[in-house]
Amino acid sequence: MIRRLFVANRGEIALRIIRTARRMGIVTILGASEADRDSLPAKLADEVAIVGPAPSSQSYLSVDAVIAAAKASRADAIHPGYGFLSENAAFARAAAAAGITFVGPDVASLEAMGDKLMARRVAIEAGLPVVPGGEAATREEARLRAGEVGYPLLLKAVSGGGGRGMKRVDREADLDSLIDMAMSEAQAAFGDPRIYIERYIARGRHVEVQVLGDGAGAINLGTRDCSIQRRFQKLVEEAPAPCIPDDRHEALLQAAVRLATHLSYRGAGTVEFLVDAETFDFYFLEMNARIQVEHPVTEAVTGVDLIEQQLLIADHQPLGLDQRAVKPRGHAIEVRINAEDWRADFRPSAGQISRAVWPAGEHVRVDTHLASGGVVPPYYDSLIGKLIVSGASREDAVARLAAALERLQIEGVSTTVGLHRLIAADPRFVRGGVDTRFFEGLSHG
Amino acid sequence: MSELLPLTPEDVAAIVAILDGSNYDRLELNTGRFTLRVVRDGAGWTQEWDWSLSAASAGLERAANPAVVEAGEAEHDGRPLIRSPLPGIFYRAPQPGAPPFVDVGDRVAPDTVIGIIETMKLMNPVHAGMTGVVEAILAENGTMVANGEGLIVVAEDAV
Repeated sequence: MIRRLFVANRGEIALRIIRTARRMGIVTILGASEADRDSLPAKLADEVAIVGPAPSSQSYLSVDAVIAAAKASRADAIHPGYGFLSENAAFARAAAAAGITFVGPDVASLEAMGDKLMARRVAIEAGLPVVPGGEAATREEARLRAGEVGYPLLLKAVSGGGGRGMKRVDREADLDSLIDMAMSEAQAAFGDPRIYIERYIARGRHVEVQVLGDGAGAINLGTRDCSIQRRFQKLVEEAPAPCIPDDRHEALLQAAVRLATHLSYRGAGTVEFLVDAETFDFYFLEMNARIQVEHPVTEAVTGVDLIEQQLLIADHQPLGLDQRAVKPRGHAIEVRINAEDWRADFRPSAGQISRAVWPAGEHVRVDTHLASGGVVPPYYDSLIGKLIVSGASREDAVARLAAALERLQIEGVSTTVGLHRLIAADPRFVRGGVDTRFFEGLSHG
Repeated sequence: MSELLPLTPEDVAAIVAILDGSNYDRLELNTGRFTLRVVRDGAGWTQEWDWSLSAASAGLERAANPAVVEAGEAEHDGRPLIRSPLPGIFYRAPQPGAPPFVDVGDRVAPDTVIGIIETMKLMNPVHAGMTGVVEAILAENGTMVANGEGLIVVAEDAV
């Protein structure tokens, strides 16, 4: 039984984990950096343990500091949230060595999926199709690979996820400088500068499948579409993925379950696919062995609390959900509200939020750690909250999204709210089924 | 730190549902720890939370957080300054061990990259924005700089 849960994260996801743990009667200890000492999650956790100074390399990303704080606070489990140490096998191993349950998959799964190249190999073993490409440790190797794969191509961090360190290269002339930038971003975000190269599929959709496994079996909780992205950062996510023929949709679900089963996967995970927007052929991209930012849209259409499932599975309980009982109903859309000036090349906008008025009411969910008077520190990513709306149909959900965004008002820092209003009104989005070029085609000033 | 969570999102939804069936347009709840305002807005509702009244005041947070430090002086001993366009960690070189973008004595043009500011995990190039010669570098490599903080002193071009 998990009695004392250490939350090794910050922001909205820390608060999200605290809420479910509290409902389950679990005591929560937030591991916060100095900069987050007065944050909302720190106010709402049962206990707070300071894991280090503001820079994440010395706090949220420090395996030693987090494990030491968890031990000192007598935690019996650690929830890593997303990002930071959530997919770090060394961290999971250190937790186990300290006698603390890691709320996440087994170390073997983390290792298999954490390294994107190994993930490709495992996916091929499980019978999933993959995009042509391979590793490039140096500029020279990258040039060779690029010659094989052709332009445009993608540079990705081997230890990456969430689009960090990912760059699109259109011409050979840009290759060297973009490799340098991708490697330094990969180093800064994951402590591992290795990158790999993949063919870029122009008219692709980003579709992912939520899975849950207990080691003995795995089920799917439906698809999510995250095709609306800017520089590989997701902006809008919805469940289920719209406008995909039923047989292809079913094939995606089956492929994801096949991979989870092949791994004897234990926990919540997301299998990401690139889906050709015309042929609906699909390719395995990666598996995220953690909770995702966009998990609420799945929760909205299935009624399943994914954090609760993670905690139950970590407690070695068999899956209490049956595939036939999990039938997504209706439609849900999430927009990420970031503290960025989207009219000035998305420049990050740290500072104090003088006023935060979020929508409320039926079919509206807001996951945020920022209220009026809250502070967005410059040390971490720019997500300040997520607005999730649901409806009986996609049409309902889109209409609710537009209305909810009109009521949303953040003052003091620049945010992406205005951008989301444009997206919600864009006829291509209203129609549904857009590909990843959607953002480039968005008319904005 | 709390003994009880405040209202859950479900509680807020229930409050909205009750208000929605009434003639009330606004509910304001003040406790020692937070203020919650639920307000009718057109056909829908909004929620506004404020926690800044409790424990750490907004003023204290402001002083402790470089994100909210105000912009510094525009000039340095009468000479123009290249200032940080945003708060973050200042890097003088594209990679550890690489030569710096600019050094004392280097000539800069408006579009010369003089450094990188890492904010929210993104590397943002900083452009000189002016013409001249680098006279002094004020910000140390790898340190936190505030929005508007002086990074580099530029001497006028002695043509």
